[in-house]
Amino acid sequence: MTENASSVPDARHQIPLPAARRGRRKSLTAWLFITPAFLFYAAFVLVPLIMSLYYSFLRWDGIGEARFHGLTNYITVLTDSDLLQIIGNAFQLVLYFTIIPVGLGLAVASAIRGQMNGRFGMATRTILFLPQVIPLVAAGIAWSWMFASTGLVNQALKSVGLSSWVKGWLGDFVWALPAVGVIGAWVLLGLCTMLLVTGITKIDTSLYEAARLDGARPWHEFRYITLPGLRQEIGVCITVTVIAALASFDIVYISTQGGPGITTTVPGLEIYRLAFAHRQVGLASALAIVLMVLVLLSIAPVQWFTRDKK
Amino acid sequence: MKSATTNTLLARALIVLLMAITLLPFLSMLSAALAPAGSYPNGLQWPADPQWGNFVRAFEVAKMDQLLLSSGLIVLGVVPVAVLLATMAGYGLAKLTTDKYKWLYLAFVFGLTLPFEAVITPLYYEVRAMGLLNTRFAIILPLIGLYMPFGVYWMRAHFLNVPQDLSEAAQIDGATRWTEFWYVQVPLARPAIMSLTILLFLWTWNQFLLPVVLVQDPMQRTMAGALGAFQGQWGTDIPLLCAGSLLILTPTVVIFLIFQRQFVAALMQGAVKG
Repeated sequence: MTENASSVPDARHQIPLPAARRGRRKSLTAWLFITPAFLFYAAFVLVPLIMSLYYSFLRWDGIGEARFHGLTNYITVLTDSDLLQIIGNAFQLVLYFTIIPVGLGLAVASAIRGQMNGRFGMATRTILFLPQVIPLVAAGIAWSWMFASTGLVNQALKSVGLSSWVKGWLGDFVWALPAVGVIGAWVLLGLCTMLLVTGITKIDTSLYEAARLDGARPWHEFRYITLPGLRQEIGVCITVTVIAALASFDIVYISTQGGPGITTTVPGLEIYRLAFAHRQVGLASALAIVLMVLVLLSIAPVQWFTRDKK
Repeated sequence: MKSATTNTLLARALIVLLMAITLLPFLSMLSAALAPAGSYPNGLQWPADPQWGNFVRAFEVAKMDQLLLSSGLIVLGVVPVAVLLATMAGYGLAKLTTDKYKWLYLAFVFGLTLPFEAVITPLYYEVRAMGLLNTRFAIILPLIGLYMPFGVYWMRAHFLNVPQDLSEAAQIDGATRWTEFWYVQVPLARPAIMSLTILLFLWTWNQFLLPVVLVQDPMQRTMAGALGAFQGQWGTDIPLLCAGSLLILTPTVVIFLIFQRQFVAALMQGAVKG
């Protein structure tokens, strides 16, 4: 493959260019390599982001004339009880999306504590990754059916004699949000488990042997060897799952449409509704900016705790 | 020793349980998909008379052939361009710039955690102004831009690990940066490019928000977007809905099973680096 690079025979005898000129040429080449990507990024991410910021100070229905609205939209986002509940819903989803996969993943990883090889390992990886491969929409449809009144969840409850628990889970004012949380947990469970199982094999096994000789209990091993050793992987899992929860849209749109009432509405869905159904582009944009900042603020400490202190 | 074996047994039991939880929704959908059309099936109950014909009907109703074509076209429009641009920029940022241009890299990285919802409203007006609303380009062009933070981050990380000697050797041989890029760097970057391609393929195929907002006609959408429309139309016919959903997710699952190893590696690295 490298032949072509050297197939320019005269070039190697070329007199080197003066350093300054070469430097300038190098930075020109750099720009040629970077600019196409940057143009796409600027056109479809940076410009829209600036427009979002601009819209967020307007009162605009998307058609007629826009009027400057100051900080009113932001004040509405941070004081309106419905919008606060919607933002709160996203943070409640974090509990399910993050704690269930990370908790179960840690349990499995510390129980296996070793590479999963052979057919069993391969089957495990394949199956556990399925939810990552299918569209979230499909996960939403599958679980809408699981939680339906004649679905598997109710069927299982009946079969163990808990008929009084039978309900249409996604239509229930109390249970719809936890049910949506379970869907997200199901999607993220395999990814987190596999990340943690892989991470634990990198921990030096002699640490565990030494701890056992010192008479450490399993809990102490977990607390003082496994958890610190997995710090980075746990950080990755938390980052991925928190973003998935705060920026969720697909699952909610498919399984509940945000209902009943607004009990399962999340910011992503509300932005969509405000901008395209209620024609409140300014308010939608303010919520969009707030969502972006909330994601950044939630991720920053996780990154700081899990990456730098190694 | 004894505790070690009980531990392994416990671990296996836990994993089997996780696998069962993962598979149950699919099995439940399959059993519902085989129930008589329009009936109200039960959660998980193998029907006495499996109606495999439901899949044929779902194929026709969902116009699966057209959907595959549409999704395929969108993937072909997005993935090669996005991978090429990200690889070029990753190389440029890793090998051709000094610390003075760190800000440029940080500008890309800033987009890593950006929720698509944060830009979807202006994107709608932008795409409308370009006259591309309700065409596949409404999905293709923005997605290329939205993938740049991850793509550039990913490829730059790869090129940072390539020894500097390599490009110096190519330079001494008189290669231009362009020939060095194509004949030295790209072949070496094949694993990183492969993983990026897999991830972008999956994300494009499964993209939902952009099609829902920017494209009305399900036949111009991605698979995931079309599935949303299918649910809206047939949501009450559970056997048909389940059959259609299973059909729509079959292509990715088949590709996943074929390239299982690469997919798992890509998804795990993707999570770690992202």
